[in-house]
Amino acid sequence: MNNYSFRKLKSRFFLLLSLICVIIAVIPLLSILIEVVARGASQINFQFLFSENGIGPAIQGTLILIGITVLIGMPLGIMSGVYLAEYGNNRYASWMRTFNDLLTEFPSIVIGITVSVIVVINIIGSYSAIAGAVALSFMLIPIVARTTEESLKLVPSSVREASMALGVHRWKTIVRVVLPTARSGLITGALLAVARIAGETAPLIMTIVGSRYFFQSFSYRMDALPIRIWRDAIQPSASVQAEGWGAALVLILIVLSLNIGVRLASRGRLRR
Amino acid sequence: MHRRFSGDNIFKTAAMILAASAAFILLITGYTLFTGALPVFQRFGSYFFTGTQWNPVAGREIFGVLPYLLGTLVTSGIALLIGVPISLGIAIFLVEMAPKTLKVPISYLVELLAAVPSVIYGLWGLFVLRFWVVDYIEKPLSAYLGWLPLFSGTPFGLDVLTAGIILAIMIIPTVSSVSREVIQAVPNSIREAAYSIGATKWEVIRRWVLSYGRSGLFGAVILGLGRAVGETMAVTMVIGNAIGPSAVPTSLFQPSQTMSSLIANGFLEATPASLEFPAYMGVGFTLLLLGLVINVIAHVMVTRVLKIKGGAVE
Repeated sequence: MNNYSFRKLKSRFFLLLSLICVIIAVIPLLSILIEVVARGASQINFQFLFSENGIGPAIQGTLILIGITVLIGMPLGIMSGVYLAEYGNNRYASWMRTFNDLLTEFPSIVIGITVSVIVVINIIGSYSAIAGAVALSFMLIPIVARTTEESLKLVPSSVREASMALGVHRWKTIVRVVLPTARSGLITGALLAVARIAGETAPLIMTIVGSRYFFQSFSYRMDALPIRIWRDAIQPSASVQAEGWGAALVLILIVLSLNIGVRLASRGRLRR
Repeated sequence: MHRRFSGDNIFKTAAMILAASAAFILLITGYTLFTGALPVFQRFGSYFFTGTQWNPVAGREIFGVLPYLLGTLVTSGIALLIGVPISLGIAIFLVEMAPKTLKVPISYLVELLAAVPSVIYGLWGLFVLRFWVVDYIEKPLSAYLGWLPLFSGTPFGLDVLTAGIILAIMIIPTVSSVSREVIQAVPNSIREAAYSIGATKWEVIRRWVLSYGRSGLFGAVILGLGRAVGETMAVTMVIGNAIGPSAVPTSLFQPSQTMSSLIANGFLEATPASLEFPAYMGVGFTLLLLGLVINVIAHVMVTRVLKIKGGAVE
């Protein structure tokens, strides 16, 4: 009996320890949020957000990057996902799925130097917005491919059968029936993928490099929020560092609002 | 009926070609880095992987990647030592303990850790975590255990230990969510059998649940390792960026460098015509090989147990 109560106590102890683990993990998250708001909020004003004296070019650059990245990456990712979900019952597809997973976990800086060599040096000849977007779309494609595959698989096969029973071709069934049915899943996945690449820094260092001026041309260096944060943070001047915290606040607001918004929206849908 | 150029065939072929995007990107990355790095591989041979010198000055060039390879492995190792037990604790709490109302908000909070961009981790590490590490960990350790080589040097905060700790925080969401899935996949009959012979809750978890799911848990750990090895910005900002033989990590309180931080710091300054440029490509190629090996292992380990794909839980 004594032994048993000791074992009980030990059990309690370790279960308490697991609760402590949760608390330990949440501390950095809270600290990051508190520090970014506390140090960044005082920076925010109209001038800071929209002019070249503030982080205007960085915000503009991030939006441009997201735009081009989505244009390049989304069609490729969605088509990959369509193949994997609709025709993916073979060896070729399972290999492609594996490569897709490997690319998702790939060191992003490696993609950065590759794109830098191919696009910056060999194709365009200068640091450019396009190169940055190509690098980011290399990261977007596998994420979108996977979320597309998963949301298409949730579409019941009766929907496909109903359409094909009416004599509609398979490809038309996919484009006109299956994809629209999976629409909300596709949008959720796309937004989460954008949230993930919006904060990506490493592949941008050697592709868009950073700048203090507004967008000039697609074949010229450009600024983006993550690059600005990094460059500001490693400067010795306190006022420049403060600008970095302001930029961090803007970036974290973009990323977290995408994340939280998407989850709240999809939870509401599930309940219905 | 079987027309060759029907809409169906064209669509299917197009989708089939585009499905190879990821494979194509991997291939082109490997090819570009390998051919780009060929000049240094030919010039320095095995020294490139075993040497410690790094000198880009024209005429006296010498490049060895060993310190940064060790820097990557040591910081990632520290990240695993700290991050894995915490992640397992979180997974156990979420599956075995947490009341239903807490499960969703807690797993959601932990997942938000993965949503924070790595440059913001770096910023926080540089201005906040660094001082916590100096005041609460490094100074006490240095005062009482400073005679150990592991803790030699002045506590400064921009060093191997801080980099390891920040990586530990960053791998927690990955490792904990994959382990949670693994633990959830353990059949309840195992738990019931263990309870029926009088085991306490902790004994059930330790002796049965964890050992039943151990290969999946191992996969989760390797997946975390892959994430730590590839991480760039946060590490670049806190590791102190040493170069050459002094970057070999011998003490926790010593500035070092990882392969990815070396590239992030130096790649832009290298001119394409110099020998320094191919040297960075060589570092990139080494990092690519390391990342691929780790992720292939993780992929095999995790998918064998679960029907989820490597890193599916974001």
